[in-house]
Amino acid sequence: MNAALAVIGATFAVALLLGIRARSGRQMNLAEWAVGGRRFGAILVFLLLVGEIYTTFTFLGASGWAYGRGAPAFYILCYGAVAYIMSYWLAPAIWRYARDHDLVSQPDFFVQKYRSRALGTLVALVGVVALIPYLVLQLKGLGIIVSEASFGAVSPTMAIWIGVAGVVGYVMISGIHGSAWTAVIKDILILGVAIFLGLYLPAKLHGGFGPMFARIEAAAPGFLTLPARGQSASWFASTVLLTALGFYLWPHTFGSIYSAKSGDAFRKNAVVMPLYQLVMLFVFFVGFAAKLAVPGLEGTDADLALLRVSVATFDPWLVGLIGAAGVLTALVPGSMILMAAGTIVAKNVWRSGRSPADPAVARLAKLLVPVVAAVALWFTLRGGDSIVALLLMGYSLVTQLAPALLFSLLPRNPLTATGAIAGLLAGVATVAAVTLGGSNFATLMPWAPSAIQDLNVGFAALLINVTVAWLVSLGTGSRGPDYS
Amino acid sequence: MKLYRALPAVPAVALIGAGWFANRLEPSVLGLPFLLAWIVAWVLGTSLSMWIVYRLDRRQPDS
Repeated sequence: MNAALAVIGATFAVALLLGIRARSGRQMNLAEWAVGGRRFGAILVFLLLVGEIYTTFTFLGASGWAYGRGAPAFYILCYGAVAYIMSYWLAPAIWRYARDHDLVSQPDFFVQKYRSRALGTLVALVGVVALIPYLVLQLKGLGIIVSEASFGAVSPTMAIWIGVAGVVGYVMISGIHGSAWTAVIKDILILGVAIFLGLYLPAKLHGGFGPMFARIEAAAPGFLTLPARGQSASWFASTVLLTALGFYLWPHTFGSIYSAKSGDAFRKNAVVMPLYQLVMLFVFFVGFAAKLAVPGLEGTDADLALLRVSVATFDPWLVGLIGAAGVLTALVPGSMILMAAGTIVAKNVWRSGRSPADPAVARLAKLLVPVVAAVALWFTLRGGDSIVALLLMGYSLVTQLAPALLFSLLPRNPLTATGAIAGLLAGVATVAAVTLGGSNFATLMPWAPSAIQDLNVGFAALLINVTVAWLVSLGTGSRGPDYS
Repeated sequence: MKLYRALPAVPAVALIGAGWFANRLEPSVLGLPFLLAWIVAWVLGTSLSMWIVYRLDRRQPDS
């Protein structure tokens, strides 16, 4: 047992204990388990939201993108800020509606707004299909982090098994209370680690930011600006817009909106969260510092940049601390995803229409947690490098919920339930066809100017979604029963 | 609809269009390439604009 492994193990144990203790004598009905009885103040909501947002994808992926792609990675810094602006108005509206109608899951919102259980079931299925690859990504990241940071003492497979067992345990016992408290340690650790690495590595390896960027530009001209084709300015703009739209549409993020005590929590968070977003800047610095220090990581191996440069630079105990932060970035979102998936399958697919007060639904939701975990484990251990493709598909899938959500918040919703279902199906089918077929605007419209060809292909699906939803709504009556 | 609520549109447009407005290396700010410095500045601008909106909203409890 080396020092790194001891630090990782101890952190994991403390997080687990905190997660389990968070229950502290509460009666766990579904509303308490899934949305914390709607009593979380601004600070806990903040912790939950950043807990979900700063995942292994940001820790490994953002440094990996900075390392492997350069300037296009900057989109990660932008879309959060744009999403927080929208959340200032959207989140309190969603929260108020959820409280007034006693909602516990994302599909509940659509069921209530459109008076359609069928739409709710469809939203639930889209959500679960999008969540599984997201969870797989966290588990894969967990395996990589533990095996790299423990200098190979623990295999990725073993790390994944231990991590999953721990998370399933505390999610079943404490629900969202466990996630909120684990998020506290996670955020302190990740903040410390990211800022330290982002300041120290450029200074130590390159003598400061200026010299570091100058050396990168000399080694790879154009790396620090967007290219004229491909991941160009129009790719950047469309990707920032699409991911900002999808930001709050992940079922677990949407669900954590419900946990707040008041709508004001989100307005305060919209002020603070962009600042917190700047943590990503330091993660980029790590990726850039690694580019010249540990060159040669190609393709998906770029995700290893942060860990490889840490292992090459620091003592084992410090590598262990970095690894521990990384492990928590997998566990906190992982626990939220498991809970959201369990809740929406139990409430909106299996027992569609039952009251959230029904203890059978709460029992089923908890029992589904290990089932969802097992499915994700199977995909993770099966391997394959299609994870990033699946995650991008997941993002495009949840973004398809945007039209039905946004229109439902208008005073007069122009969409009918049938229209929303048709639009969602059309959008999802487009996403599947385009992702699996590997097409994009360049292959679909070879004659178009490059500014259009570089657009994120998710836009096509969204456009088709809105058009179909609107046309079908026109055909099925301008407005259904009175929605309150 | 109060006019000050349109304020956050400024950082939103600046960030979404960063590739058109600021896709340059120079002048570098605090050692950062201009594109990155632009984005960091407007993320700070987002926070500031949301703070202004929040303060003004609080003064008008009718909305």
